[in-house]
Amino acid sequence: MSAVLDVRDLAVAYETRRGRVVAVDGIDIRIEPGEAVALVGETGSGKTTAALASIGLLPRGAVRLRGSVRLGAQDITGWSPRRLERILGRDVGLVPQDPAASLDPLKTVGWQIGEVLRIHGERDRGRIAREVQGLLERVGLADTARIAHSYPHELSGGQRQRVLIAGAIALRPGLIVADESTSALDVTVQRTVLDLLDDLRRADRSGLLFVTHDLAVAAERADRIIVLEGGIVQDAGDVRAVLGGAGGHRAAPYTQRLIANAPALQPARFREAPPTSGEPPAIEVAGLAKVFTGHRGRPDVPALEGVSFAVPRGTTHAIVGESGSGKSTVARIALGFETASAGSVRVAGTDVSGPDGSGLRGADLRRFRRRVQLVYQSPYASLNPSLSILDTVAEPLRRFGGLSRRQARREAGELLERVALAATLHDRRPRELSGGQRQRVAIARALAPRPEVLVLDEPVSALDVTVQAQILTLLDDLQREFGLTYLFISHDLAVVRQISDTVTVLAHGRVEETGTTRDVFERPQSAYTVALLDAIPVPSLPPAPVPAIIGDHA
Amino acid sequence: MTALAPAPLRGDLTDVVGGPAGRDSSPAPAPEPAARRRRRSRVSPTLLLSSAVLLLVVAWAVAPALFAPSSAYAQVAGALQSPSLAHPFGTDSVGRDQLARVIFGARESLLGAAIAVSVGLVVGVLLGAVAASVGGVADAIVMRVVDVLLAIPGLLLALTVVVLLGTGTANAALAVGVGSIAGFARLTRSEVVQVRRTEYVEAAYGSGGTFLSVLFGHILPNSLRPVLALLALQFGGAILALSTLGFLGYGVTPPDPEWGMIIAQGRNLLGAAWWVTAFPGFVLLIVVLATNRLSQAIGARR
Repeated sequence: MSAVLDVRDLAVAYETRRGRVVAVDGIDIRIEPGEAVALVGETGSGKTTAALASIGLLPRGAVRLRGSVRLGAQDITGWSPRRLERILGRDVGLVPQDPAASLDPLKTVGWQIGEVLRIHGERDRGRIAREVQGLLERVGLADTARIAHSYPHELSGGQRQRVLIAGAIALRPGLIVADESTSALDVTVQRTVLDLLDDLRRADRSGLLFVTHDLAVAAERADRIIVLEGGIVQDAGDVRAVLGGAGGHRAAPYTQRLIANAPALQPARFREAPPTSGEPPAIEVAGLAKVFTGHRGRPDVPALEGVSFAVPRGTTHAIVGESGSGKSTVARIALGFETASAGSVRVAGTDVSGPDGSGLRGADLRRFRRRVQLVYQSPYASLNPSLSILDTVAEPLRRFGGLSRRQARREAGELLERVALAATLHDRRPRELSGGQRQRVAIARALAPRPEVLVLDEPVSALDVTVQAQILTLLDDLQREFGLTYLFISHDLAVVRQISDTVTVLAHGRVEETGTTRDVFERPQSAYTVALLDAIPVPSLPPAPVPAIIGDHA
Repeated sequence: MTALAPAPLRGDLTDVVGGPAGRDSSPAPAPEPAARRRRRSRVSPTLLLSSAVLLLVVAWAVAPALFAPSSAYAQVAGALQSPSLAHPFGTDSVGRDQLARVIFGARESLLGAAIAVSVGLVVGVLLGAVAASVGGVADAIVMRVVDVLLAIPGLLLALTVVVLLGTGTANAALAVGVGSIAGFARLTRSEVVQVRRTEYVEAAYGSGGTFLSVLFGHILPNSLRPVLALLALQFGGAILALSTLGFLGYGVTPPDPEWGMIIAQGRNLLGAAWWVTAFPGFVLLIVVLATNRLSQAIGARR
């Protein structure tokens, strides 16, 4: 049987004001029926452009420079968008990254799945309805009649992603393209969605091209892998060969760096248990509860209940949980941005509930904030776009330290140097920096008042793996240098395993488990923790040179 | 009022599964050093032309004598002469040079408009910023007052103020300015409310900021661009509103030149001497269009 996709020497460039920028420079992709190929790369590597161009779709402003594309038996090289409409959905299905943005909020999801059938000629309403129900069932959704009549906002992220998959497979296309389809999902949900894509591919013997930044996911799910950097193929071949060195394959230096920086691909290596000193802990949380009062007749929402943990000075404590687990609420209470409903929280020797129990105010609050600083998840949203980075870092020095403008700027310069940002960058605005550089600025700003405790709210989850590794190393160095205590909020267990001493697992506002990282990871006590740990992609890399999907060829 | 980006309404499964949806992908923004030099986009010709028009008119207002062929009051020729090389805009009913009247009139119009928008800007931004950042009852009271102001037709409001204060340039300008307060207050409030919720504002409090330092250091600088766009738009509107007041006889006292009044004087002669009304009207039109174009350019540079 012939390949479902055969792309040869494809090159794509973007027309910009400053001339042509080559985004993809000569990529070959060949996918056999039932095979999964991963396209891996970091931000700006051209992986999405390559994936879309290989099914004929060129993003706005993009032009194909050379190369040919065969989809199944058809050569679709250079087809117009109109002509492509006939095969899109029928011969190839696309599962996009963001289910929230890809579904029409004004139409039921059943209608939207049916749309694919209508476009490709189905007129019979009854048949469409039955077909939609069958598709929803196939993607593992229960209560399909209700789901079909739901609007996107009534479904969870995982359900929405399943709906999109249902739309993509409606006409049993020979090829499914998944563009970072699971990156926005919680780990446990991500696992089930990936399982679903695997099952569908095997059942229909369709090819799967998936685009991901996550090397571990690629290693676990793909038969073959293509590593892109700057639009150029750095490595391509069997997953075991490229990532595991099977068959004497020597990975390209870039691939090696990616592997070294992917926490999930590294052997578990725990920090040594912190020495127990006589000092009182830097953070002490006991019986913490938080209820968000409902407004205008809506019911109260309990966010946290009976949360307790303690963090010794100079160590890192991770709070792990999926979205909605309450992990960010713990962080915000510890920072004094939110008040607790019950229980006690002492951070850096201060009771954050304040003298009268209603939270810190005025001068007390400012004294407290000087000792406890926060690094936000998104370095894009947490920096004032109209301030230069030097002024951003100088601000806390002036406000807290009472330094003059000149002194503050000089010290800010030193701090920026400490986080490896050169003096030539001082006058830049945040938008003129990369994500990693911005996060360094945010870290420098947080360090400026010489805090005792740093709360890190998913500080690396918006960053590429190589940048992520650099930031984690920086945080590690800074901790030792300044004796900082970290409260590290994260959903990424592989990262947590690497950097934290102790960990608390949170689910639905309750503590599932708390203890040293080694204990929790090696001897998990609760079923939920086990499920979370299972969701870390485990690449079945060498030694296992078993031919990939032989069983399915029968 | 604000351009809150709505969730994409088109983008149903068809786009996703099929059609070549306009996906912008990764390589678009180059956040690295290249972006340093603020990219010089080609300036559009209409923007260039608008700026030139406004510069010229401001120059007229600052130093009319440099541009005008004669004084605005002197009788230089016979009455109602049609446009000629000596008098490009023709002459009016008492033989004054129309071009000179228009050039000298720029001062009244621009000065008045500047006063008007300053009043609107200062009072409006202050009200909007306070309402948004204090919130609660103060917000409710301020915004209800603004609602009431918005409900009164602008011209009616202006006429009322002029009748109360008496005619004259300053009073007319004040009257027009009062009418624009509501718009500025509304826009500022909505912008501030939006910026106030951002993480960098919270981070500023975390960096030891006080209410006022955060308001002036972080919130207002990031909220004012649309307000500046409105400012340019209102400037054109104020010129127009002042001319309306002048036309109705509530502006300057004759024989001082003012565009609205000049137009009014030609109104009865339209059949015989079209140029008396047409040329000042045309200049007014061009200037207002130019301010609108400028406003659009400011607003677009987000």
